[in-house]
Amino acid sequence: MDLLRFSTAGSVDDGKSTLIGRLLFDSKGIFEDQYAAIERTSRRRGHTKVDLALLTDGLRAEREQGITIDVAYRYFATPRRKFIVADTPGHIQYTRNMVTGASTADLAIVLVDARNGVLEQSRRHAFIAALLGIPHIVVAVNKMDLVGYDESVFEAIRADFSEWAAKLAIKDLRFIPISALHGDNVVQRSLSMPWYQGPSLLYDLENVYIGSDRNLIDPRFPVQWVIRPQSDAHHDFRGYAGQVAGGVFRTGDEVVVLPSGRRTRISRISTMDGDLETAAPPMSVIIELADDVDISRGNMLSRPHNQPTVAQELEAMVCWMADTPLKQGGRYYLKHTTKTVKAVVDDLRYAMDVNTLHREPATELGLNAIGRVRLRTSEPLMLDEYRDSRTTGGFILIDEATSDTVGAGMVVRAGPEQHIEADEAVA
Amino acid sequence: MIDAAQVPAPRFSHLDALEAESVFIMREVAAEFQHPALLFSGGKDSIVLLRLAEKAFRPARFPFPLMHVDTGHNFPEVMDFRDRRVAELGERLIVASVQQSIDSGRVREEPGNPSRNRLQTTTLLDGILEHGFDAVFGGARRDEEKARAKERVFSLRDEFGQWEPRSQRPELWSLYNGRLRRGQHMRVFPISNWTEMDVWQYIEREQLEVPSIYFAHERDVFRRDNMWLGTSEHLPRGEDELVERMVVRYRTVGDATCTGAVSSDAATVEAIIVEVAAARITERGATRADDAFSETSMEDRKREGYF
Ligand SMILES: Nc1nc2c(ncn2[C@@H]2O[C@H](COP(=O)(O)OP(=O)(O)O)[C@@H](O)[C@H]2O)c(=O)[nH]1
Repeated sequence: MDLLRFSTAGSVDDGKSTLIGRLLFDSKGIFEDQYAAIERTSRRRGHTKVDLALLTDGLRAEREQGITIDVAYRYFATPRRKFIVADTPGHIQYTRNMVTGASTADLAIVLVDARNGVLEQSRRHAFIAALLGIPHIVVAVNKMDLVGYDESVFEAIRADFSEWAAKLAIKDLRFIPISALHGDNVVQRSLSMPWYQGPSLLYDLENVYIGSDRNLIDPRFPVQWVIRPQSDAHHDFRGYAGQVAGGVFRTGDEVVVLPSGRRTRISRISTMDGDLETAAPPMSVIIELADDVDISRGNMLSRPHNQPTVAQELEAMVCWMADTPLKQGGRYYLKHTTKTVKAVVDDLRYAMDVNTLHREPATELGLNAIGRVRLRTSEPLMLDEYRDSRTTGGFILIDEATSDTVGAGMVVRAGPEQHIEADEAVA
Repeated sequence: MIDAAQVPAPRFSHLDALEAESVFIMREVAAEFQHPALLFSGGKDSIVLLRLAEKAFRPARFPFPLMHVDTGHNFPEVMDFRDRRVAELGERLIVASVQQSIDSGRVREEPGNPSRNRLQTTTLLDGILEHGFDAVFGGARRDEEKARAKERVFSLRDEFGQWEPRSQRPELWSLYNGRLRRGQHMRVFPISNWTEMDVWQYIEREQLEVPSIYFAHERDVFRRDNMWLGTSEHLPRGEDELVERMVVRYRTVGDATCTGAVSSDAATVEAIIVEVAAARITERGATRADDAFSETSMEDRKREGYF
């Protein structure tokens, strides 16, 4: 059984909670006591039907306001797959929560209310999903029951959305007409929409191929921790522990240690369960090297013929997550893989208008704004472009004073300043 | 250039993926904090944590001690197991005792309430302070309860141990922010993304020993608050609470005075997995008297510094 992480986003009242509730319920991911609790609450609130949406309500503040404000993680499994759902709020003021949920997702479900067509919010969700590099996006056109299960409504939305999304680099875009409330095309194919020949949503979730989404090309191993047992039995043992971020490493491979550029060979790859011939993402392993080179946390192992860019300057898209805005000249800590350095914003190039996908001149990025910046760092980083690797192309910015995480960054280009191409894809 | 399709990707199950993520988290903590500790209760979740720590740090020793918050209301089987496991691993165990907190007047038992679940919080915080821990691993999972579903893997606590759900740091990719301000510490939950089922499947795969009370056994029990509680010297019974001998097992191990048993004949890990697959009541709903009180009881306790 493998694991699929997906995120959901929808505007308030698009039916996101109902949809997740139904997926959990129909796949038996809901327990009797949880069901009884929401049944009681539904009755107390005077609903005639059990409101499955209540199931995904978390914190007290959210219950009081009747909205979902933070990322909540949910779990269910079918005989085919285990699922981790990052359930994120849809409103513009929670863009940062959507970005958070999207950062680890293999697939995103973007909800559209069939009655309203493609609104600003759905566009923002799709943009964020594309920006965060989610390879598979499923547009679930919900509340089809309220438009008489009419094929032309669905087709119009599909056409409208596809045209707009052509500007985004989305690898795999699908559309499914559903009714979360009645269950049409959620788990079972709908009898009310014989014109729809495609699979149900759950079928897609169970079968979408994610094996090729892992980067098996660019060998990257950020060193996390050096294992040096202080015992006689393992006197000379010196192992570099970490999680493979990209590519395939083999015993005997020549590797280059970055940023120093020293070369050596892999003498052994191991885990507690024994030695391995090869290691690929996302395995956590220990690598031993043939030569005694000086390596510590924050270094990276790569291969001579395929190395990341070692640089102290980079261009990145940043989603801002703090009340105090990002400004030119701002100084932050930057955490990238296992290395934390200081960084300064040399230039704020533009802010994105997420609806029109236009670039707007900007002097600052406020809470939930997304823009392009140029950063300079106190030490070299081993960088890849985010579109090639989410692990070695993503970073966070941390406020020096409050220690809070204030920004999420995606490397567009590593190295010194260059001209921005006008026709560059926006995400 | 190598074509990705030609590279045989090692097969990777959901347990492998969860394990790799948890091991990564543990190593991040070892690297970014000065004085971490791992909470070990003898329960199945912390048993999994110990195995993950072995996977993360062997052949070296753990770069942190283990800590047990001892309510004094333990199942003897669990205490035996705890001591045996710690000895096998050769790691250091610190015991923070609720009884001591009571004796020294730090906390007072509520009359009529035998549960020491709430009192644990003070003992835990005192232990963290006394030993200067800046990060503490716990075995909580997000599938357990709805407040937990929103808690971060790195959960920031103020100097009173309090969790503030509204000001949680965003947690992106696998970039955990371990920076602290004075007085703050971090609770870290490496198995956040595991479900009860994953835990049992992992116990089976790794052939981990668990305390015998997880398996079906005969025990004297009585009915209270819709649960079966085992008789205990710490648990006075009312006249109408009649003792019966039943075949039961525990789904969680906690304070013996408020942890309920379930009627079950699952005597092996495989049988437990079958039972969990068929179970229609959540682990907490079945066996924790203190969570049922209010819709928000877990959230309230977490705000106060509970795990
Ligand atoms: N008719 C109909 N109503 C729906 C459907 N999905 C959701 N709803 C209703 O739309 C309202 C908002 O749904 P909810 O799931 O709370 O939306 P959320 O804010 O996106 O989580 C509720 O009254 C739902 O019962 C659907 O497919 N058909």
